[in-house]
Amino acid sequence: MTVVLGISNSDLAAATGSDAALRRFLFGLPGVDQVGAEARAAALATRSIKAATKRDLIDLAIRMIDLTTLEGADTPGKVSALCAKAQHPDPTDHTAPHTAAVCVYGDMVPHAVRALGPDSPISIAAVATAFPSGRASLDVKLLDVHDAVVNGAHEIDMVIDRGAFLSGRYLQVLEEVRAVKEACGTAHLKVILETGELQTYDNVRRASWLAMLGGADFIKTSTGKVQPAATAPVVLVMLEAVRDWFDVTGHHIGMKPAGGLRTAKDAMRMLVLVAETVGEDWLTPDLFRIGASSLLNDLLLQRQRMRDGAYSGPNYVTLD
Amino acid sequence: MARIEYAPAPESRSVVHLRPSYGLFIDGEFVEPTLGEHYTSVNPADETALAEVSEGSAADVDLAVRAARRAFTRWSRMPGAERAKYLYRIARILQERAREFAVLETLDNGKPIKESRDTDIPLAAAWFFHYAGWADKLEYAGLGPDPRPLGVAGQVIPWNFPMLMLAWKVAPALAGGNTVVLKPAQTTPLTALLFAEVCQQADLPAGVVNIVTGHNDTGAAVVAHKGVDKIAFTGSTAVGRRIAEAVAGTHKRVTLELGGKGANIVFADAAIDQAVEGVVHGIYFNQGHVCCAGSRLLVQESIAEEFVARLKRRMGTLRVGDPLDKNTDVGAINSSMQLARISELADSGVAEGATMWQADCALPSRGFWFAPTLFTDVAQSHRIAREEIFGPVLSTLTFRTPSEAIEKANNTQYGLAAGIWTEKGSLILKMANELRAGVVWANTYNKFDPASPFGGYKESGYGREGGRQGLAAYLEGDRA
Amino acid sequence: MSRIDVRKTHKLFVNGAFPRSESGRSYEVTDTKGRFLANAAQASRKDARDAVVAARAAFRGWSHANAFLRGQIIYRIAEVMEGRHPQLVADVMAAEGLTEARARRTVDAAIDRIVWYAGWADKLPTALGNANAVSGPFFNFSIPEPTGVVAVLAPESSSLLGLVSVVLPVITGGNTCVVVTSHTRPLPAVTWAECLATSDVPGGVVNVLTGDRAEIAPWLASHRDVDGIDCAGADASLASALEVAAAANLKRVLRPDADEDWAAHPGLRRLSRFIETKTVWHPIGV
Repeated sequence: MTVVLGISNSDLAAATGSDAALRRFLFGLPGVDQVGAEARAAALATRSIKAATKRDLIDLAIRMIDLTTLEGADTPGKVSALCAKAQHPDPTDHTAPHTAAVCVYGDMVPHAVRALGPDSPISIAAVATAFPSGRASLDVKLLDVHDAVVNGAHEIDMVIDRGAFLSGRYLQVLEEVRAVKEACGTAHLKVILETGELQTYDNVRRASWLAMLGGADFIKTSTGKVQPAATAPVVLVMLEAVRDWFDVTGHHIGMKPAGGLRTAKDAMRMLVLVAETVGEDWLTPDLFRIGASSLLNDLLLQRQRMRDGAYSGPNYVTLD
Repeated sequence: MARIEYAPAPESRSVVHLRPSYGLFIDGEFVEPTLGEHYTSVNPADETALAEVSEGSAADVDLAVRAARRAFTRWSRMPGAERAKYLYRIARILQERAREFAVLETLDNGKPIKESRDTDIPLAAAWFFHYAGWADKLEYAGLGPDPRPLGVAGQVIPWNFPMLMLAWKVAPALAGGNTVVLKPAQTTPLTALLFAEVCQQADLPAGVVNIVTGHNDTGAAVVAHKGVDKIAFTGSTAVGRRIAEAVAGTHKRVTLELGGKGANIVFADAAIDQAVEGVVHGIYFNQGHVCCAGSRLLVQESIAEEFVARLKRRMGTLRVGDPLDKNTDVGAINSSMQLARISELADSGVAEGATMWQADCALPSRGFWFAPTLFTDVAQSHRIAREEIFGPVLSTLTFRTPSEAIEKANNTQYGLAAGIWTEKGSLILKMANELRAGVVWANTYNKFDPASPFGGYKESGYGREGGRQGLAAYLEGDRA
Repeated sequence: MSRIDVRKTHKLFVNGAFPRSESGRSYEVTDTKGRFLANAAQASRKDARDAVVAARAAFRGWSHANAFLRGQIIYRIAEVMEGRHPQLVADVMAAEGLTEARARRTVDAAIDRIVWYAGWADKLPTALGNANAVSGPFFNFSIPEPTGVVAVLAPESSSLLGLVSVVLPVITGGNTCVVVTSHTRPLPAVTWAECLATSDVPGGVVNVLTGDRAEIAPWLASHRDVDGIDCAGADASLASALEVAAAANLKRVLRPDADEDWAAHPGLRRLSRFIETKTVWHPIGV
């Protein structure tokens, strides 16, 4: 489809020309019916996956994880433990794949660089832009990004200014994303919408487009600090935006649910949502990430169960 | 690159214990048919035999009506609160044995287990639960201070929702104090026979529910029997018409739930992803074997091309196949007869100049199957835009303005259901107001609930099922 | 020399006008003792056809008129009848052979019945509709709507009260109708049509045909653009035949009741026969 939702690729530049144009564009997007979207997400949650496929998908899910620690109490020791876990998630089974990335605060990036060593296949993602609230001046946010990138972050997880979004200053949100994208240089940009604060699916859809218009490489649901976070219908609505963006522009945007995903079953449901909404092309760590911490252990427990044919227990995975 | 393969996750058949042969359920007992004739009920998904079922004759119907008449005296005089408890019992047993009913329904009908498990059987139980609560509150139904039951209700039900249609018919009849003679559809009698066992389990007094299986002649005998006071029928408009003729000049009260050609109207400002889902659910739910199916898509011309493209993409993800597989979205066509009818109408669509598109899906080699089908370039005058196909076939037409949508939607002899998709509230209410249809789903489709009256305008029949209107169909009162 | 009086030509009432039958036919109407009263127009099947066209054309406006206005218009019928009370009494006396006192009581009852129905117009959704508690995030309501165009065969003996008792439930619900009057006692109906014509009832809402029910009714019963039929004035065998014909497009049928007491309280039985319940669903969400 070259024209999707009445939008063609050439309309996009004009859409961001002014606050008024941007507002018109975002409000021209089709609405989302809450009940219908939730029903669709719930229906997809009943899919039953073949055992062999499930084994593959568990490994894929592990490879998609941005293993995360974002606490005020984070220390260099905590971060190096996290990095060790990301590299070798299951000490009893070295066939367990490594995660896609570790995700830490900006000041922890040097510790992650040290812990992972040179040429690690694991990316370092840093949250930035006054995470999680985003309440700081643009200069401070850009410095935050700059700092992380200079220290070696490969990926920046920024938050949008929800205050600006909810008060209708869409151009400000957009320009902030653009500025951060520029500050990222070669680092990949994930734009966190904090959907729990946006409240409505209409807002989630508009914010998704806003982030993509601003140059996001990934759009991400949540900081993990606000509930609800990566619910299935929110992920569905964001994936629909990713799909429509691809139809308009031909560009693949990545998607990252984060927050509230704890079980292997949650992860499987996410992968089903991806396959049935945007297609299996997106079933790769390049285009789909899962922001999580405790999820990894549950995936490992399931992996052990499928390997050993017996239910595993919490003492058979590491608490880091 | 990973590929997601869904497990064939077949629901186990082991919960179902079919007898090799079933008698008729008359006066609380299974009895052999007087003429001793049987026929075989088959699984439409693989054409294997499921069980032998009795062919009820006019004599059997007579026995059943007499049993129902005898039971009527006691049942109608029983305090409503006591009748209620029997209905609650039935509702609970249906919930307890839900899995068994769901699997059997899927075996006998061909519908996906996902639907029998999540829709048909839970709703059937809910219907009994809802009407149980009415049994001792009839004076509050708005029919005056002393509504009275009609007597013996003859009920003839279709094969598309066998157990759910049984519940729609039996629950309000019993709540009102009527007794029933039920004729299940010839191709799907098995859950009704299992229901007979539930009646026994619930210690329902003998004769309150009688079930006579058989073909069309059996149904005709129920309709024609002089001892029947009320006819409730769900099925085709052609048969409904014959019933309306047959009861002319009698005292029999009638409710008819007949065919439809529902328009699903999508405006340019619709929540497009949900509209696509709703249109898909509207026509491919239960293989389109739904009288209220949204079989005509009326899409506003300005978004028609894109909408159809999105629809096709979504249709491409529908999983057609083994009905017992929990991942199956579209199951088997119920019978070879129905498959022939669907094929014939689809062929007529092509012959008349419409463009046919089918989802690319492998169909099983045995059994009765029809791929989800979408027609574009359809004109109002095409047969596929006018006749009920009763299969997974959607006819797409376009409109430019709300008034054109109303005109096209209403330009049919049917009037059962319609759908509206727009984000504009006042437009929804305007459309709902103008559409000549008994059920209007706005920004949703194919939703059913025991509290919600369902039924048609025009040649889609008369009377309502569900809610207090559904109760009124079984009572004599001030306004019945 | 006494004045020569001006005699009235009794005509049909179709689409708000008073045409003669297209067939040019009329028939003699007598009182109960056989004395000549007047010539009445004898409607043909083509008059019935025209009346159905008029009723269909009037349907949208009448069914969508706001209910309060519909109630006012119906009440206005009662007002106009009250003004023509003496003539209606004289008509009923002549037609039914009643004493003046009984004829007056009959006319009173007819007027009172109309007032009763006038009050219903804006209360039907309250009485017959409901909000439904469905188990899901949906707003769900059911409202009564009119069936459409209804053919009405008025009772043979009760020429005014019976007529009013069968027409009012139909139009109060928002239907339009073609009514075939009493064959032998049509004159009160003609006067009543004049009341309708002067009481803001839109043309075509009520169309009044005098003539032979057995000739006209089968055409109405089989008419594909008629949605319902009240067979009140038909005998059992005609009613049965009409019901068979009505099945062709699944008309809603009201069967006759030979013991019907037109003076009795009507309840909502007749009215609800020509009411459809429409149920609307909408999701509840943000």
